[in-house]
Amino acid sequence: MDISLIFKIASIGILLGILNIILDKADKKEFSYIITLVGVVIVFGMVISLISRLFDSIRSIFQLY
Amino acid sequence: MDIVQIVGIGIISTILIILLRQSNKAEFALLVSAITGMIIFSMVIDKMRYVIETLSSLARNVNMEFTYFSTILKIIGIAYIVEFGAQISRDAGENAIASKIELGGKVIMMVLAMPIILALLDLIMKVLP
Repeated sequence: MDISLIFKIASIGILLGILNIILDKADKKEFSYIITLVGVVIVFGMVISLISRLFDSIRSIFQLY
Repeated sequence: MDIVQIVGIGIISTILIILLRQSNKAEFALLVSAITGMIIFSMVIDKMRYVIETLSSLARNVNMEFTYFSTILKIIGIAYIVEFGAQISRDAGENAIASKIELGGKVIMMVLAMPIILALLDLIMKVLP
């Protein structure tokens, strides 16, 4: 398992936090919301495949079908 | 040393999660914690596979009924999955959903355990005059 995914997600989150602050200061609240939404969707797409792989391996080990 | 790796991953991701919570990004903190749990789990799961293969070969050697053993394995697997999901939703503050997940796991475990309970009852009926 590679840990780089943790760093990737955390860095995306921190980047989006900074962008949010900047956009809020520039009176663009709607853009900040959209950016957060897009970030969550992208990160969730990364996470969901790994979670499904984990569940598959649990299923194969414990013979759950 | 796997244990050093696991503890290191845990500490690093805890720090990252605190950082994310500070910058008002709770959704990313949740995703990081989910992925951390997943990575640690999949590091452990290879060793778990070894333990389970050993146990199942033992069970085969003492020729006990194999369906019982596989039922126990299934119940343990369900417990792991349920714990994983429930803890993620409890971390996010959704206690209601977490307890629903646990309820679902308990019901499915009960259904899986029914044949064992029936076999036990059969045994008792046989022993009784």
